[in-house]
Amino acid sequence: MSVLVPPIETPEAAAAGAGWPARLHEWVVTVDHKRLGVMYVVAGLAFFLIAGIEASVMRWQLAAAGKTTVSPEVFNRLFTMHGTTMVFLVGIPIVFGFANYLVPLMVGARDLAFPRLNAFGFWAFLFGGLLLYFSFLGGDGLYGAGSAPSVGWFAYAPLTARAFSPGNSTDYWNLSILVMGFGTVATAINLITTTLTMRCRGMTLGRMPLYVWMMLVVSGMTVMALPPLSAAQVMLLLDRFLGAHFFDTQAGGSAIMWQHFFWFFGHPEVYILMVPGFAFVSEIIPVFSRKVIFGYPMVVAASLAIGFLSMTVWAHHMFAVGMGSPLNAAFAASTMLIAVPTGIKIFNWVATMYGGRIRFATPMLFACAFLFQFLCAGLTGVMLAVVPFNWQVTDSYFVVAHFHYVLVGGLVFTIFGAIYYWFPKVTGRLLSERLGRWHFWLFVVGFNVTFLPMHWLGMIGMPRRIYTYPADRGWDFWNLVVSLGVLFQAAAVLVFVVNVVIALRRGARAGDDPWDAWTLEWATTSPPPPYNFETVPVVGSRRPLWDLKYPADPDGPHE
Amino acid sequence: MSSRGRVGMVCLIVAEASLFAVFVVAYLFYLGKSLTGPFPSDVLSVPVLGTVCLLSSSVTVAVGARALARGGVGRCGAWLLVTVLLGAVFLAGTAAEWSRLIMREGLTVSTNLFGTTYYALVGLHASHVVVGLVMLALITVFAWSRALRPVHAERVELVSWYWHFVDGVWVVVLTVVYVIGR
Repeated sequence: MSVLVPPIETPEAAAAGAGWPARLHEWVVTVDHKRLGVMYVVAGLAFFLIAGIEASVMRWQLAAAGKTTVSPEVFNRLFTMHGTTMVFLVGIPIVFGFANYLVPLMVGARDLAFPRLNAFGFWAFLFGGLLLYFSFLGGDGLYGAGSAPSVGWFAYAPLTARAFSPGNSTDYWNLSILVMGFGTVATAINLITTTLTMRCRGMTLGRMPLYVWMMLVVSGMTVMALPPLSAAQVMLLLDRFLGAHFFDTQAGGSAIMWQHFFWFFGHPEVYILMVPGFAFVSEIIPVFSRKVIFGYPMVVAASLAIGFLSMTVWAHHMFAVGMGSPLNAAFAASTMLIAVPTGIKIFNWVATMYGGRIRFATPMLFACAFLFQFLCAGLTGVMLAVVPFNWQVTDSYFVVAHFHYVLVGGLVFTIFGAIYYWFPKVTGRLLSERLGRWHFWLFVVGFNVTFLPMHWLGMIGMPRRIYTYPADRGWDFWNLVVSLGVLFQAAAVLVFVVNVVIALRRGARAGDDPWDAWTLEWATTSPPPPYNFETVPVVGSRRPLWDLKYPADPDGPHE
Repeated sequence: MSSRGRVGMVCLIVAEASLFAVFVVAYLFYLGKSLTGPFPSDVLSVPVLGTVCLLSSSVTVAVGARALARGGVGRCGAWLLVTVLLGAVFLAGTAAEWSRLIMREGLTVSTNLFGTTYYALVGLHASHVVVGLVMLALITVFAWSRALRPVHAERVELVSWYWHFVDGVWVVVLTVVYVIGR
């Protein structure tokens, strides 16, 4: 197949002789979706390390009762920056970075629909991220008060009002997320357009890889759910700078409206982050089970259902503010409803593994841990949807445990799986399986030791966002355990970094298709040339590369 | 398959609609919650001329885009010029209304909730009108300098879609602010 050999000289090769300024210049001015994708993920991982350090400092402070490692003010800044960073600077860029890299390759296109808009999206994100962290230096503003934002990642009114948050720290939070929001919407528009208009010949919607399907859903959700956050942030800007009264209760404004606006974005956002995790495992599990995905149409339908339902559940974050029984009941019902399509997907993945010839390579290990941990997250999610139970544990460590099971046990695990799976494609080198196993087991142990006991802590009444606690509450032991888990997680991340560094220097050559996979990105070289495919492929089934490799038994007739 | 530009513009319009929806919801929610005057019924009157101009500009922009698709660069430019003028009349109406509200009625964004939500919603719409006018004026200049050619017909059509969207939003704003809100 001519698809497999690209003999034309690449810009990378041309720039290899030039010094680092020339290479840096190439990366800065690039509009290539693969380079932008790599930059997204690398920047996201860098912020991941920073957010991890912030979390570690918090856990050090909470390891025993009455510690004074950090002051209450610093603690507030730490959890605000940790949450904001993990959602906006780690989750979103890594998720969209992967999509940047993979969607054009998977649909057999040579780039995204609007390459320059894509570069804009990335630089808007990076600028926003740097602006947020600049607040540590510049947040004092003209009033000499504050430093980094300390209003929590959802920045509830009226805490964000001028009177309660003087200085400019809150404005750094507001403006940086606003800028990033524009970039993210631009990228989402780009992905939708690419998916709908640039698929190669033969790739009907029904033959698209599930990854592309789910990123289409995610992009649709982004286009509809992110602008409301931008709108609310513009209102907050007006409140803070022009003396408007949107969230000013003394002038008749409503602090609850901020909660509605924020969570109307905030809950879809959870799925904007989680559905890409589903997308990763929907690619990884079939390949390492040597079976086609079980019930492809059902998985697509479930993704669409999740995308739709995620827009209708936002107020389950607000059961404790007194919305009244009818609203509480409605949002409890819609929240429980969304567990149905999510459960369908879990059955699909398990059914795909059932009877398969499973290879427990590192990506598959992460996918399996995801299944268990995400199931736990889903079950505590259903518990939290029960309003009376929610009232008992609202704003407690039970909630913290729940959403870390979702976003770490679910998303971060799948991101690591995805990195092990696609790293060979991006760099041409394999990550070490031995170090990968160390990474995996340390992380599984560390994750569960850290976050499982948080459930008990929440049940016995430990509130979230407290910087210390008295010794007589019975919280000491489990807090120490939680903090010890951090050591394992940190060790795991260290192993991962070492693994990446070693692989980049002298990792085994990956070849084009190290996992014997089926989607089009494996049909080109590793790393792919700037134009992706020498000749644009023609697709006859959901597993085009399988058809190429095993022409005697093509998929088409079975679909 | 439909073209990239069309899909991209539809997505942008969806995102913008989502943005406006929040401001419209805020306007409706805060209606009648102002603690002090001036109140909408005291100071607002329906901007008939501006509305007529803006809505008819949707027709002229469509005629202009169609003219370009049929090869009429000059006719396209002429119709877009009319569109720009109509949009400018609308903006002038808004400016006059704002200056009257600020100078005579003493209503600013910080006066009361009505001022807050009114300037935010109408201002967001007006800023979109400005963006549309800049794009339309650019195309008009290009038509006049003959840089515009019939191959650009689809791009002009996409700008016209944006303009139609801005018009559609005005219908909502008009209904919410000047009919329901008064």
